[in-house]
Amino acid sequence: MKALSQKRRHPLAAIALLLMGLLLTGGLYAVATTVNQAKASTTSFSASDVEEGGKLFAANCATCHGMGASGTQDGPSLVGVGAAAVDFQVGTGRMPMQMSGPQAQQKPAQFNAEQTKQLSAYVASLGAGPAIPEQNLLDGKGDAANGGELFRVNCAMCHNAAAAGGALTRGKFAPALAGVSPEHIYEAMVTGPQNMPVFSDSNVTPEDKRDIITFLKTIEANGSPGGADLGALGPVSEGLFVWVAGLGVIIAFTIWLTSRTS
Amino acid sequence: MSASSTAEAPFVPKTKVGSFTNFVDERVGGSGILREFGRKVFPDHWSFMFGEVALYSFVILLMSGTFLTFFFDPSMAETHYQGSYTPLYNVEMSVAYSSSLNISFDVRGGLFMRQVHHWAALLFVASLGVHMLRVFFTGAFRKPREMNWVVGGVLLILAMAAGFTGYSLPDDLLSGNGLRIIDGVIKSIPVIGTYTSFFLFGGEFPGTAIIGRLYVLHILLVPALILLMIVIHLFMVVVHKHTQYPGPGRNDGNVVGYPLGPVYAAKAGGFFFIVFGVLALMAAAFTINPIWNYGPYDPSPVSAGTQPDWYIGFVDGALRLMPGVINDFHFEWVIFGRTLTLNVLLPALVPAGIIFTVLFMYPWIERWVTKDNREHHVLDRPRNAPTRTAIGVAGFTWYCVMWAAAGSDLIATHFHVSLNDVTYWLRTLFFIGPVIAFIVTKRIALALQRKDREIALHGRETGRIVRLPHGEFIEVHAPLDEYKRYKLVGFESPAPLPAQPNEHGVVTRKEKRRAALSRWFFEDRVAPATPAELEAAHAHGHHEAIAAGEDQKSLSH
Repeated sequence: MKALSQKRRHPLAAIALLLMGLLLTGGLYAVATTVNQAKASTTSFSASDVEEGGKLFAANCATCHGMGASGTQDGPSLVGVGAAAVDFQVGTGRMPMQMSGPQAQQKPAQFNAEQTKQLSAYVASLGAGPAIPEQNLLDGKGDAANGGELFRVNCAMCHNAAAAGGALTRGKFAPALAGVSPEHIYEAMVTGPQNMPVFSDSNVTPEDKRDIITFLKTIEANGSPGGADLGALGPVSEGLFVWVAGLGVIIAFTIWLTSRTS
Repeated sequence: MSASSTAEAPFVPKTKVGSFTNFVDERVGGSGILREFGRKVFPDHWSFMFGEVALYSFVILLMSGTFLTFFFDPSMAETHYQGSYTPLYNVEMSVAYSSSLNISFDVRGGLFMRQVHHWAALLFVASLGVHMLRVFFTGAFRKPREMNWVVGGVLLILAMAAGFTGYSLPDDLLSGNGLRIIDGVIKSIPVIGTYTSFFLFGGEFPGTAIIGRLYVLHILLVPALILLMIVIHLFMVVVHKHTQYPGPGRNDGNVVGYPLGPVYAAKAGGFFFIVFGVLALMAAAFTINPIWNYGPYDPSPVSAGTQPDWYIGFVDGALRLMPGVINDFHFEWVIFGRTLTLNVLLPALVPAGIIFTVLFMYPWIERWVTKDNREHHVLDRPRNAPTRTAIGVAGFTWYCVMWAAAGSDLIATHFHVSLNDVTYWLRTLFFIGPVIAFIVTKRIALALQRKDREIALHGRETGRIVRLPHGEFIEVHAPLDEYKRYKLVGFESPAPLPAQPNEHGVVTRKEKRRAALSRWFFEDRVAPATPAELEAAHAHGHHEAIAAGEDQKSLSH
């Protein structure tokens, strides 16, 4: 890193950086257009949405993301992130961000549905990216068993097999998924917010994503067949429970049993 | 006995029931056994009942486990699940996992029995642990009970083995991950590791043999060994008689308590049903090991929050704490074409090895240090053996640090701290935690002893403040009754035992080491108040009380 920072004033640094940036955006654009070809054009926003979204963006987002969403040192460029990313980040209250930290925290949404749509329209107009998913992919009527398998292979290592969430490095974490709307689950998969990887349509097909959503909604609706789930956190919460509640109650009984005679 | 019975007229029962019981008694001698065992005296204290809890949990484990064997199929053959849990419908899995799901969803009462079995297993090991802590901190492992302490330690290891083999049986993702870690640990053993792993799994992990093998161990070998150890353990309890806490009239030559029959037997029988009731309530209301969440075992996925059951947690925690590299120092070397991975071998085997070695050897270590060859049936209050108590708490703290490390990810998410910081702190505590725990515990124990001595000598503070004529304020102390005082003065406080020459008049190096250890054990000591001190203090206190009373009188004029 030190070598890199020393050489940043090299005469050729600007050219190298420009070249890298061009290659990167070109490459990203190519990937984004081929992967999401089918969906990029499906959702259309009206021109007034774009215009209103631009105003909202300038007032609320440009401080960090820059005018025209070109990015500053406080926030990345949003050109090409697509409507899905905006709908997820703004719709779940992660953006606008309350403060800097390991990752953006979920909080009550700061914009209503209409404003969120306008912001999405504006950002989508800046460059092609993942669009807001179709309703038929979110109906939760796919194959839950297939979704479960895909979830265990692709998602459970961070989100936990029962979707109860888990820890990542340096204060980052994968949130619990109960109560997350199907739109937001889908959008998270196609845009990869925070530390989440992108699960593009060539990796996990839209039908597979529908199955994963079906699985999550099924286990959420099923509840816990065996009684209170103790947070669905596995053996740690079970061990804590047996030591505190189980042994606690039994110790109370032992004290009661021996208190009469001595 | 036979002489006296022949001298008297033969007993003729008057009722039908009487003649029937007499018939049986004359052949099996039941009344003799009852007379002997029914009069066995047990002292009463709540902390004496954890062994019982463990025994009852084990009985419940045998009963619920038998039910589960009716429906469980330990085959690793592949099948497609056709039961009633839709999120797994038609998913490819092993017959073992499928039959575990069927027990949970399609066998009437099956899920309840599974949960009773699993909660009972957790409680079994937990009550064993607490029982051992009680025995350690009260010094109940001293002569003549050293061997029974070792039997107890073996029982703890067997209980862990029973738990782990059972945990792995459903062949779900969680238990499969656990087995993979065990496989990794076995493979990290130099030279024989790989061969042992291939032998155990019948080839490369996971193979198709392991569930069946673990099943045989789980339902046959391990429970049989546990039963054998329980028999030996209880036999020795009967032979040694039960220990008792210090108190008036209690000494190393008697046992003060209630006889087994009839009250104690009824109480113990009732206590079984209390333990059963608590476990049944837990099983009915709280999920344990929801295998349907985890899915069938597949070597590729590992879920977040993958942990073993609590009693294996400390080993998992030690593995999590071990760094792979420190700066540029790697813990993995290739020697003669074989890999030696110390970053698995060290944390998996060394802490557990140290804990069990010290645990098994401790009675002999203390015996050697104190040169104490007497029988002890009166227990120590933990504060009256400060160094032993401090050693115990230090060991327990070390265990707890590793234990906590097994849940490091959940500590991070639930307290909103960085996982890395949790790991760094626990690594630090791994080394300094036991030292701090030792010092703090020893100081607390000594302080409590001083407080006891103070109360024994000067009585309890009444809160009554009296002003003397010359302006001094004093608090009036009320003397203790002698039953309470006995508890505070009736203990031994051994002084350090200097090195002594052997029969050749030579002080050996080993003896010097023993003396050094003895000094370390006993140099900080608070002697119990002697009768002479008590007498002096009592006279003084009496004086003071009278003086105070007179002063009061004069003040009230």
